[in-house]
Amino acid sequence: MSTELKVPTMAELFAAGQQPEVLFWVGCAGSFDDRAKKITKAFVKILNKAQVSFAVLGTEESCTGDPAKRSGNEFLFQMQAVTNIEVLNAYGIKKVVTTCPHCFNTLKNEYPGLGGSYDVVHHTQFLKQLLDEGRITMEGGTFKGKRITFHDPCYLGRANGVYEAPRDLIRKLDAELVEMKSCKSRGLCCGAGGAQMFKEPEKGDKDVNIERTEQALETQPEIIAAGCPFCNTMMTDGVKNKEKETTIAVMDIAELIATAEEL
Amino acid sequence: MQYVPNVLFGLILILGLGFFTRNVIRLKRNIFLGKDVDVSDNKPLRWKNMAKIALGQTKMVVRPIAGILHIVVYVGFVIINIEVLEIIIDGLLGTHRIFSGLGTVYNVLIASFEILAFLVVVAVVLFWIRRNVIRLKRFIKPEMEGWPKKDGNLILYIELVLMFLFLTMNAADFQLQQIGADHYAQAGSFPISQFIAVLFQGLPEATIIGIERTAWWMHIVGILFFLNYLYYSKHLHILLAFPNTYYGKLTPKGQLPNLESVTNEVKLMMDPSADPFAAPAEDAPVPEKFGASDVTDLSRVQLLNAYTCTECGRCTDECPANQTGKMLSPRKIMMDTRDRLVEVGNNIDLNNGIFQDDGKQLLDDYITREELWACTSCNACVEACPVSIDPLSIIMDMRQYLVMEQSAAPTDLNNMMGNIENNGAPWPFNQMDRLNWSKES
Repeated sequence: MSTELKVPTMAELFAAGQQPEVLFWVGCAGSFDDRAKKITKAFVKILNKAQVSFAVLGTEESCTGDPAKRSGNEFLFQMQAVTNIEVLNAYGIKKVVTTCPHCFNTLKNEYPGLGGSYDVVHHTQFLKQLLDEGRITMEGGTFKGKRITFHDPCYLGRANGVYEAPRDLIRKLDAELVEMKSCKSRGLCCGAGGAQMFKEPEKGDKDVNIERTEQALETQPEIIAAGCPFCNTMMTDGVKNKEKETTIAVMDIAELIATAEEL
Repeated sequence: MQYVPNVLFGLILILGLGFFTRNVIRLKRNIFLGKDVDVSDNKPLRWKNMAKIALGQTKMVVRPIAGILHIVVYVGFVIINIEVLEIIIDGLLGTHRIFSGLGTVYNVLIASFEILAFLVVVAVVLFWIRRNVIRLKRFIKPEMEGWPKKDGNLILYIELVLMFLFLTMNAADFQLQQIGADHYAQAGSFPISQFIAVLFQGLPEATIIGIERTAWWMHIVGILFFLNYLYYSKHLHILLAFPNTYYGKLTPKGQLPNLESVTNEVKLMMDPSADPFAAPAEDAPVPEKFGASDVTDLSRVQLLNAYTCTECGRCTDECPANQTGKMLSPRKIMMDTRDRLVEVGNNIDLNNGIFQDDGKQLLDDYITREELWACTSCNACVEACPVSIDPLSIIMDMRQYLVMEQSAAPTDLNNMMGNIENNGAPWPFNQMDRLNWSKES
């Protein structure tokens, strides 16, 4: 676990006259949120292990503008987008992978119209591809037979139709994939989307993450798997609220694989 | 004198269809109060969506019970309309069952209409029970109180009465055929109404003719009434589901459109050669309003969406905010948009074609800010809609108005946006610290 992470930046590679295979867009949560940073590191460990040539923007990365756009601030969104696109285009980026479905959706769908067209994939799609190409191998070991339920992030699933890549990875771990009553295209939101992450919820009977956590708990899982740093936070809070944090772990798909591979 | 019924029928038909045409023109006028959007792209996919979603009912069966019952009523409605064609020709020409020359085909047709009519009655009764006895949650939400509830039940009653009249008409006809009455030649096969016909046994021929004629007239007048009821009802979906699925969103659900007017501004700001002190050109148009505060700020597709909504409530049922007791209900967003649009349309009609400011708007007078801010933009409502309505787009446009025209975002969100502006992240962390994670163990 103590091996140092190799995290090259675009600036370094550019200076050395190299172009990476893929840009890893870390995102704000992945860069700053303590819980999400673990997901970032787990993903980097897999990339290192698979010897994927990648780079991050580091201090040249800035918020994609997703929460601003969904709050209604189109101006701030486009300022962010245009600035990011200038950086990405200057480096001649072709392919982007991100561990955040919100960054994924914005980069993939909303940047092309502003002059930024890239091949954007979510990290679960990327990992699935590595697996298919034989660049990573996965042994069930650690998770063999464990009950894992997958919470579909809205911006990965409904918003972009990616349902199977994360599930294929879980199955590959020899785990028992159990579905919640609302899943895939009818998956229930964790409550963080549309900039809700950054504000108090409106008055109601219950918080959305509690409702979703209850659905997850109905499947009696040992692990709740997620593919989004915000969903991860919401589900982790939900599990704590139900005082189940000692028996049920909330883990990103990247963390599951990194753990299984003892990275 | 013998042509009196024909003339009367013609007049009723002209009146019914004329009034309907007037309503369609009004409807179109109201929808065209919205902003023009380019939806001329990708016609093959649009036709495919219409065929699949509206004609093929693919999204209805996501909920199997309601879906199958709905298909029964839908197929019944469409097929039985072949019979209406015969009724109209008979009415105008004074003939009786003019298609009966088709022989066996005719018998099969009439028999299938009867079976469908019976199945429609069963489905309608079950629908009524779901609304009024079982009281499914989505039918008793606050926005369904009053007219929407009455409207929903009225539609079921009208359908029930129409089917009853249709079967009574056939039953009387069948009985008249049995006793060999003039003009009632043997035609058709009556697997359902033969059981009703038993009730007419032994009645004088004139009475049975009276029943047959009464049911025949009431049935066609009822259909014309129903056609004109649509405009005042949520039931418009039987027509508008088709254009609405055609014009439905084709891009990924997560993709929100980028505002072009903003893009121009941003490009100008990023252009080093732009003169920051340049005065706007003399003929420069008045800057566009950002977002939507009233129905006229919305697009024509969004307004078509509002008229198409039949208040089934699947959107609201799937909405995470609504499920956890928040005020937001995507169905109410659509109903409010439609109700305000109707109000604006009526205002225009009353004021010789020019809208007089009524001091009201969609925002605040219909849709509250609390509803708008409760949305997680999760697209569950969009996914749930069986006819491709997009409530989320209206919510997002109204948020845009609140933030860009009124700077009226909740404080927390203002802080978040301030952080993005200042340090490129929604939290107050320095952009220069973005890579620190790679050095932390």
